[in-house]
Amino acid sequence: MAQAVLTPEAQTQPHGSGHDTGHDHGHADHPPTSTGINSRKMLMWLFLASDCMFFGALIATYMIYRNHSLTGPFPHELIDIPYTSVSAFVLLMSSLTMVLALAALQKNDLRGSRVWIAATALLGTVFLGGQFFEFTEFHHEGLSLQGNMFGATFFTVTGFHGAHVTVGVVWLLTLLWVSLRGGLKQEDSLDLEIAGLYWHFVDIVWIVIFVMIYLIPYDKSTEQLHEATAQIFNTARMVLGIF
Amino acid sequence: MATVAQPRARTLARPTVKANTGLWSWITTVDHKRIGMMYGVSAFFFLMLGGLEALVIRTQLVRPDNDVVGAARYNELFTMHGTTMIFLAVMPLTVALFNYIMPLQIGARDVAFPRMNAFSFWLFIAGAMLINVSWLFNEVPNQGWYGYSPLTDTAWNPTRAVDFWVLGLQILGVSSMLGSFNFIVTVLNMRAPGVTMMRMPIFSWTTLIVAIMIVMAFPAITVGLILLMMDRYVGTGFYATAAGGDPLLWQHLFWVFGHPEVYIMVLPAFGIVSEIIPTFSRKPLFGYAVMVYATCAIAFLGFGVWAHHMFTTGLGPTANSIFSATTMIIAVPTGVKIFNWIGTMWLGQLKFTTPMLYAVGLVSQFTIGGLSGVMEASPPIDQHHNDSYLVIAHFHYVLFGGAVFGILAAIVYWFPKMSGRMMNDRIGRVNFWLVFIGFNATFFPMHFLGLEGMPRRYYSYGEGSGWWFWNTVVSLGAALLGAGLLLFVYNIAYSLKRGPVAGPNPWDAATLEWATTSPPPVYNFATIPHISHRDPLWAEKYGIHESDQAVNVTIAGREIGEIEAPDEKASDQERRRLDANDTAPVNIHLPNPSFYPIVGAIGMFLMMFGLIVEGDTLFYLGPVHITVMSIAGILMLLFSIFGWSFEPAE
Amino acid sequence: MSRPGDASSGRGPRGERTSVAHQAQSLPGTHEAGHEHPTEKTYIQIAGILTILTVIEVAIYYIDQEAAWLVPALLVLASVKFLIVIGFYMHLKFDDSRLAQIFSFGLGVSLAIYIGMYALMHFHRALELTALMTSATR
Repeated sequence: MAQAVLTPEAQTQPHGSGHDTGHDHGHADHPPTSTGINSRKMLMWLFLASDCMFFGALIATYMIYRNHSLTGPFPHELIDIPYTSVSAFVLLMSSLTMVLALAALQKNDLRGSRVWIAATALLGTVFLGGQFFEFTEFHHEGLSLQGNMFGATFFTVTGFHGAHVTVGVVWLLTLLWVSLRGGLKQEDSLDLEIAGLYWHFVDIVWIVIFVMIYLIPYDKSTEQLHEATAQIFNTARMVLGIF
Repeated sequence: MATVAQPRARTLARPTVKANTGLWSWITTVDHKRIGMMYGVSAFFFLMLGGLEALVIRTQLVRPDNDVVGAARYNELFTMHGTTMIFLAVMPLTVALFNYIMPLQIGARDVAFPRMNAFSFWLFIAGAMLINVSWLFNEVPNQGWYGYSPLTDTAWNPTRAVDFWVLGLQILGVSSMLGSFNFIVTVLNMRAPGVTMMRMPIFSWTTLIVAIMIVMAFPAITVGLILLMMDRYVGTGFYATAAGGDPLLWQHLFWVFGHPEVYIMVLPAFGIVSEIIPTFSRKPLFGYAVMVYATCAIAFLGFGVWAHHMFTTGLGPTANSIFSATTMIIAVPTGVKIFNWIGTMWLGQLKFTTPMLYAVGLVSQFTIGGLSGVMEASPPIDQHHNDSYLVIAHFHYVLFGGAVFGILAAIVYWFPKMSGRMMNDRIGRVNFWLVFIGFNATFFPMHFLGLEGMPRRYYSYGEGSGWWFWNTVVSLGAALLGAGLLLFVYNIAYSLKRGPVAGPNPWDAATLEWATTSPPPVYNFATIPHISHRDPLWAEKYGIHESDQAVNVTIAGREIGEIEAPDEKASDQERRRLDANDTAPVNIHLPNPSFYPIVGAIGMFLMMFGLIVEGDTLFYLGPVHITVMSIAGILMLLFSIFGWSFEPAE
Repeated sequence: MSRPGDASSGRGPRGERTSVAHQAQSLPGTHEAGHEHPTEKTYIQIAGILTILTVIEVAIYYIDQEAAWLVPALLVLASVKFLIVIGFYMHLKFDDSRLAQIFSFGLGVSLAIYIGMYALMHFHRALELTALMTSATR
């Protein structure tokens, strides 16, 4: 005789369990998730995974079009490493303030959380200001989207990154406003954590951009990449037994 | 917060929740079943529209030197046919099924993010409208569904046709991505107790895997389209050789998306077939675990074959060889699935109902398409096939014979669950043969035409080409196919009114969606089921074999579950079945309806539409004119996002 | 078959984890017992490390732009910074490993595809055949 494999639950699932840190008591009952991971947190990580594909395409486009500029201005004429290092540092520090904001909120230090959220938003805005200034400088030197491939790819990659930062700043300011109205408490830490994940991701994209676009020298890199690619192809040919 | 209190089920055939039926309730719905239905009805409409576009093409090609349409209109027709079928018909039809069926199969009450689900749907409508509103302007996309550069450049395509296409696709991309994030989280996080990953129905697995593919593939085309938009609007040179750019970049970005896209279209059909064949072979799926791994393998490998669409672009022998190898390898897991379906049918008690006919039809027709695909995996052969009717034959066999057959099978199979009535099986079987014969008459001769050298995308051919005979056959076949699909629509309409009432499980199937009423109540299950085996309904009804699978119900002389003969006493039987599962009243939370999703979608539409039409230009962002309409759209979108964030979810 | 202790560890009859298993780990502001949680001090130290790494990156750029080791060194440094931010600031080191799997999958597939795309665009037929011809005539 068949066992009863289809048994109804006696009641709806208990609430308040199955979430990781900073789960939301404030909301109505949530049944536990099958993985134990909060759904909104999982959603953010999925989004970040897909954003790798997005930024990957943009950065790959930049790399492909290195040395494809038919006219100037060229990178070595424009790029100001000291300036960009400072703005990279600013963004890095904003990740610190972000994580301090979360730590404060998780310890129920509401005032501290507001201070650090504001600091993060401020540093983000400083970064954006720096970007804007850099863009106008380059523009004055003759760099434009239409002018050459460096202009097109540079402004596109950094522009989309800047757009991501802008969204982040707006998000943080909104959270700050919610907090000032008493809506961001210890039990709402997850909301801040998720905003933090987005913010840190935007920072690590800049870590990559800083190296790929600013630090890796234009001409040398192309030669090196060409060599590396040739190596890959030669190996592949040997393996496949062609020629 | 909408709370539903359940009276004891014993006194009623159905619980007393009154479904809201007003227009506003549909506009603001966040119920996955309603959203699924809306996707399904809209997508089916676009299937018919795409079919109409195809019929005009076939009318033009029925004889040599025809003049039904000119070259320009012909370009628009094949572009819109492809774009419509892929983005507005097949994909949303599969999403309709993911939406409706998957939560039921995993024992959930809804998806993880119901408002985002609604938003995905309304975005789909917005994107579909943006692409098709081009007809009203008579500036219809004409660059092929793959939009190769430099044809899409303003120099060669100065009208707004390409803009409608590009911006419409961007909206559709957002729709697909948001929907897919939702499905991934739902499948991973909202399974009922006991529904482990390896007990989940294959269709739910397919939902998860296809959703993962979508979120990985779409960003590539998003970037490709952004670069194209910038070339057209701002004057960058991403795809322009004269500026230092390269049109091949578009091809790469497009096919990095485009190849996974075709697996995105066909894997759901495979999932559907993996539900239908076991049901009508009266046997559990053969090799469940292998089927899961094979699907994962196809999805993963699918990201490594894109350059096989570029064999004729001069990639070089090494690149060609590598991609040829990966393309051939991907045939292996696909073949494994075919054998597993055959293995399921082997020694089963086969019942050739309409869904089974379509499912078995898929197995055979997709295989034919797969064969021409393996041929084309060889670069020298592809050199011959490329841009000829051989390619059209190949992809229609895998897409129509695969994806569409699967979708038609699914509609008939799950129609009883969704509507509470059975589709007429006699009409269904006649319909199947009409579609099958029409389909083969349309696409098989295309192999011959390709071999005889007929190129794609030519609006006409001459008397002396020798192609007229098969072209006439193809066009007649298409007419037959069209008639078959109209009959399908008729069967749906007829059955909705006069079909026999279906109980919870008219096919005596094994999976959880059949454990609730037909149609399900708004809360899906009165009590969340708790399972401990795969194929839970069979496990319960027929017992567990030692190997812990539901027993093969055809052996040991055991009485095989009959497909329920609908009769007047159906409601009594239904009642008894419900009583067995329903218990004391419970309070069930349902997510609140919301109007922010549709507002956001309208905002996106206006934002994009405003970039195309020459309205009152507010200001210029460089060379891009920002119109009042775009600003209004952005504001609506912001209003929606903020309103949504602050609206209580429950 | 169920084993003793399954119920308390939240496992079902076949040893699979059920959602009940995760009830234990839910007090706000704390983390799973036994896992270290970075303190504010740690975060500041990490910020210091990230700053130093950035300084090194800039320094080696100025040392020798022609060096063959420059690019690999920069890539390594950037990767280390990347992993530090992900592991500590984004808490991935301490979270459920499935989140790390999700992100690694996205990152891994992106890297593979775009490196492939770069290679394909950079080393096409004309270049390959030229290279072959020149090597054949040697």
